[in-house]
Amino acid sequence: MNATWGHASNMDETLLTTLTVNGRTVTRRISARQHLSDFLRDELGLTGAHTGCEHGVCGACTVRVDGLAVRGCLMLAVQADGCKVDTIEGLSDSGEIADLQGAFHRRNALQCGFCTPGMLMSAQELLSSRPDAKRDEIRAHMSGNYCRCTGYHAIVDAIEEVAASRREGRK
Amino acid sequence: MNARAELPLHAPGTAVDKGYIGQSVPRPNAKRLLQGRGAYVDDLRFPQLAHVVFFRSPYAHARLKRLDLSRAAAQPGVIAVFDGRAVAQYCKPWVAVLGHLKGIKSPPQFAIAIERACCQGEAMAAIVAESRAQGEDALQLVEAEWEELPVVCDMEESLAGKYVIHPALGDNICFERKFSTDAVDAAFAKADVVAEETYTFGRHTGVTLESRSILADYNAAEQTLTVYQSTQAPHMMQDIFSRHLDIPEANVRVICKDVGGSFGIKVHVYPDEMATAAISVMLRRPVKFVADRLESFLTDIHAREHKARVRIACTKEGEILAFELWDLTAIGPYSVYPRTSGIEGNQVVNLTGGPYKHQQYRGQTQVVFTNKNVSCQYRGVGHPIAVALTEGIVDVAAEQLGLDPAEFRRRNLIPDDAYPYSFPSGLKFEQLSHHQSLDKLLALMDYAKLRTEQAALRKLGVYRGIGLAAMIEVTNPSPAFYGVGGARISAQDGATLRLDPTGMVTCLASVTEQGQGTEGVFAQIAASAVGVTIDKVRVITGDTGVTPYGGGTWASRGAGIGGEAVLQAGRALRSNILDVATHILGANRGELDIVGNEVVNRLSLESKLTLAELGRVAYFRPDTLPQKFQSELTVTRHYTPRDYGFTFTNGIQACLVEVDVETGFVKLLKHWCVEDCGTVINPMLVDEQLRGGIVQGIGAALFEECLYSEEGQLMNGSMVDYLVPLSAEMPDIVVAHVETPTKQSDLGAKGAGEAGTAGAPAAVMNAINDALRPFKARVTAQPATPQRILEALGKI
Repeated sequence: MNATWGHASNMDETLLTTLTVNGRTVTRRISARQHLSDFLRDELGLTGAHTGCEHGVCGACTVRVDGLAVRGCLMLAVQADGCKVDTIEGLSDSGEIADLQGAFHRRNALQCGFCTPGMLMSAQELLSSRPDAKRDEIRAHMSGNYCRCTGYHAIVDAIEEVAASRREGRK
Repeated sequence: MNARAELPLHAPGTAVDKGYIGQSVPRPNAKRLLQGRGAYVDDLRFPQLAHVVFFRSPYAHARLKRLDLSRAAAQPGVIAVFDGRAVAQYCKPWVAVLGHLKGIKSPPQFAIAIERACCQGEAMAAIVAESRAQGEDALQLVEAEWEELPVVCDMEESLAGKYVIHPALGDNICFERKFSTDAVDAAFAKADVVAEETYTFGRHTGVTLESRSILADYNAAEQTLTVYQSTQAPHMMQDIFSRHLDIPEANVRVICKDVGGSFGIKVHVYPDEMATAAISVMLRRPVKFVADRLESFLTDIHAREHKARVRIACTKEGEILAFELWDLTAIGPYSVYPRTSGIEGNQVVNLTGGPYKHQQYRGQTQVVFTNKNVSCQYRGVGHPIAVALTEGIVDVAAEQLGLDPAEFRRRNLIPDDAYPYSFPSGLKFEQLSHHQSLDKLLALMDYAKLRTEQAALRKLGVYRGIGLAAMIEVTNPSPAFYGVGGARISAQDGATLRLDPTGMVTCLASVTEQGQGTEGVFAQIAASAVGVTIDKVRVITGDTGVTPYGGGTWASRGAGIGGEAVLQAGRALRSNILDVATHILGANRGELDIVGNEVVNRLSLESKLTLAELGRVAYFRPDTLPQKFQSELTVTRHYTPRDYGFTFTNGIQACLVEVDVETGFVKLLKHWCVEDCGTVINPMLVDEQLRGGIVQGIGAALFEECLYSEEGQLMNGSMVDYLVPLSAEMPDIVVAHVETPTKQSDLGAKGAGEAGTAGAPAAVMNAINDALRPFKARVTAQPATPQRILEALGKI
């Protein structure tokens, strides 16, 4: 790869990339510098992952890559070659997080909704890996996702409720 | 039988059917957001869309001696490059002053600055490209030569005026106001106890998670400008685009779809957004600007940055006689258009001492220019400062008097039976509930038990503190806020309700949705007023081409003002529906009512006619109705509060913290809030909005500060460096209400959106100082960082 920084024309080098997004295989020539969030949003029109900071802090762009929650703004799209990427749209349609979405809705665990897709991604990761998470563990885990509207209380309530109902369902 | 019709919802002695009002109904519009299927500006897709990026000043104050955009213009994908003069041909500059802020002054501000940058981040040129990335590539090739000018960053230096930032203005003072009752000196002279303290408040900013976003689409054939904008006030922006771009107002349409948080950040005119609209006109194509996060920190309005001295006079019996205040605040190089940057200081003067019954008060504010980013109205506007000053010095006085802080407040809060009440600064209070709220709070938190626990833990070397903060809040402003000063900002809002042929009700409202739940509570009000179930209501907001004219979302006004318009429109629509039903059924109108989507017999509730059937007849078979009768199934109503300048609310918060006196770290253990916002339309939404406000206030108290170097460089302008509250540090927050409806409206709702942010910083500060009491240490600078706490303790 040509690494001549500052020369605009080299910035547009593209790589043929194939990935599976929400269960559908897509192949595109992707600009080497394009991050995954921009690729999902601009190339595939999946605008559910939001770019809140583009430096990996706010968590609004969180998506799932090969089962792990990932900051879409910190991963280049070409790095997702061969990967399985799930976005909020996919998780909504599959029904995987319907209980979380329902609890967030009933408890008003969102206001402007900009952080919400990332919140749900992180919550699902927590409940999948640590189904017994207690309130303080939920608070700690969700600290990678900024919310400027709610004060977090209802978000924690909603996740706690779903954790309990999933545990109940497993018994 | 419940009376649904024309009574105020709060009419005494009447069982009014409130329907959904007061119920915790989930917001219908939240579902799309939960699936990532909202539509924020950056989610919209347009053919021929161009992207604009800005060349911004790296200096806080410098003359641009030479600007060469030619290399940038030649880069791949670059469509056009513009300097300030080119954009000024299409966009007139503005001066942000208002008639009722006597003496306020500010220089003209251009969409793109011409020749001189007055703060870091000021846009000096625009590059338009096919993609944002190409625009940013080209940005690297802008050539500029600068001559650095003296930088004024410190507000006291600015006030001293050794260097005047805008020579044409004569000095660095944007605005000053002095107010005094006539016997302040006498009150201090006869006081047994006088306490005085100086407080400082850091600059902070809103950090809306969706950054400022605008997509302007000029249609040269129609000479129309359609602007998709993340804004709180679409009609205000329609007027501004019209006047500054010289396009007839009717040809400008502002649409705001989903807005990713506002908090006052998105109610101002930003030069880069005006430039984007101008460039769309210049290029005759859609142009988009979305601030990246670094631009947000540099250019979103900042707020606060006050240094204030406050003094209190008390008798030895514990009666407050007087307050005195000197406030100094810095606002950057320009007063922000069109609301001005004089309002916050003005509010500090208006509100200091607000909850108490003293009769003497003297206050002054001085608002000065500096070479930092502009500051202006952000959530709470002056309240967090005034409440912290008041409640901070009240605690000092209580300690000097040997009184418990709760008891001292009880002795001095304005009695609940003293209304209507005139406050010494000139404010008029319709009806507040300070004592009821205090009692409720103390019971809710079990104040006495916490004090006992605190004393026991202190012996074990655990330092907990309990902080109280009583407050008043400006809500539901009348035209006295902006309109009287000449700003073309509507204090009135409107709602149009339409019964559709299928029996659905469509509500078009001028108040906007920023996530606070406007559309949800309007659906509740509309459904209740008309007599339909909430699933039959669709609410549309945020489109000047469609909704009635109105102010939008700011100053805690949406539910109280816009909600009343919806209520009145709903009642009028119900009446018109019953007119139609009377004809269809050949019935006596007085026998009919609407319940559960049906026209029913008022007494027996027997179903007579569904609204879907009524709609079918009214729209498709009007030939079956009497020839002289015309159905009117679309109605519009407006509402402006006029009896009072502002509809004040009151509330009180408490915070419990534990301070680690070795590290200076503060652990928030719990927070309580009792709020009186009048009629609570949706308790769940109000509670979470209050909690969100409290958390922003906690951010101000503990974490958030825009730090500038002496050279005027923002040193922590990224999300990594600028700390905001996250879920792990935040406590559970208990919210309760006292409901004192305003009698000015039938709905009785007052505002709630800013109360949390207004009161929390004082409660947290007082809690920390209560924890530090055994060490005789006090922290009077916000944010109360570990460093400041350790300094107060004399440990560093």
